[in-house]
Amino acid sequence: MIDKIADRVNADSGLVRRGRFVDTTFMIAVDDACTLLRIEEGRVTKVASGPFVTPEYSFCLRASRAVWEKFWQPLPPLGYTDIFALVKQKLMQVEGDLHPFMANLLYFKDVIASPRRDAQR
Amino acid sequence: MSPRFEPISGRYMHLELLGKPHRLYFEEAGQGIPLLCLHTAGSDGRQYRGLLNDMRITKNFRVIVFDMPWHGKSSPPAGWQDTEYRLTSRDYVRMIIEVADALGLDKPVAMGCSIGGRIVLHLAHEHPERFRALIGLESAAHTEPYYDLTWLDRPDVHGGMVCAGVVSGLVAPVVPAEERWETLWHYMQSGPGVFKGDLYFHMIDGDIRGRVDQIDVKRCPLFLLTGEYDYSCTSEATLDVARRTGAPATIMQGLGHFPMSEDPAKFISYLLPVLEKVRAF
Repeated sequence: MIDKIADRVNADSGLVRRGRFVDTTFMIAVDDACTLLRIEEGRVTKVASGPFVTPEYSFCLRASRAVWEKFWQPLPPLGYTDIFALVKQKLMQVEGDLHPFMANLLYFKDVIASPRRDAQR
Repeated sequence: MSPRFEPISGRYMHLELLGKPHRLYFEEAGQGIPLLCLHTAGSDGRQYRGLLNDMRITKNFRVIVFDMPWHGKSSPPAGWQDTEYRLTSRDYVRMIIEVADALGLDKPVAMGCSIGGRIVLHLAHEHPERFRALIGLESAAHTEPYYDLTWLDRPDVHGGMVCAGVVSGLVAPVVPAEERWETLWHYMQSGPGVFKGDLYFHMIDGDIRGRVDQIDVKRCPLFLLTGEYDYSCTSEATLDVARRTGAPATIMQGLGHFPMSEDPAKFISYLLPVLEKVRAF
């Protein structure tokens, strides 16, 4: 699913515009499988899969594969529709420097949900 | 295209509120039983635009929606610039009673959502004789904080964007995009620190878990309606209040934390049967 993010985001001019001041690298962790996503001016410019020896990133979203699979369904089940729903249930951790994430929350929520076929915007 | 006018009147009222002069904005439509509507934390009365425009409601109810001080078109009290806004249970209850009195409302129905859904539980506990009925939307006796609230009010994060971002997932994913983004727009327009100040009531001061059992729904009928997608005030939390008070509860399909705003038509289909029962009292 993560492999869909770059194309979905970069093809969405409204989403790219919303993230036009974002310049960071963040991580998505699915169980122990880590992926780094580089964002420049709202566009996903690099996606790298781990394992990494010394990964550099601002923040990481970490959850089990079972949770991510539910989250990325076109219409996720109740309780799996939003990152904060998962955080509240302690099914997801958001770690690291949260400033870029919180300062661009509407952007990152849609970036991370972009693999859903009918991603809600 | 010729313009179309809504049947809503908006006015500013000057009144003494919580011991201070206030300039308060409210809207109303309809006639009959007063239905006083309370918006959610960090938003304003526009959330009830669907109700104010629905003849099925306004033919029997005088729907009144006020923007709380600091919210929408209501001003904060003079001197606000040197204070930190924090909503308390005591002030919130008092504000509702004082607004109802200032408008001369005789035993209104009060309906509130989220913080408003919480305060109707306080009203049911403290002032049941003042209301014909109470309707709690997204009512829970308590909500634990699940993120660091300081993100909502700091100069290096856009307050409007982060407030909308925090609540965006509480909107059901199946509602019309136009209503979803209208709902978020209201959050984007909230003043600095206002949403955070409301959440002081919602997540700290307004905890009523220890007194829910004392609510007597025979003294004032209480109805509970909660959207299935609300993960903040959950269905389980509402059903717990229902179980402890005997109030009827309905879990609304396809709706989230802002039912009256995120899909007004669907919400009203759930509300109309409740209002029919209220008319019978």
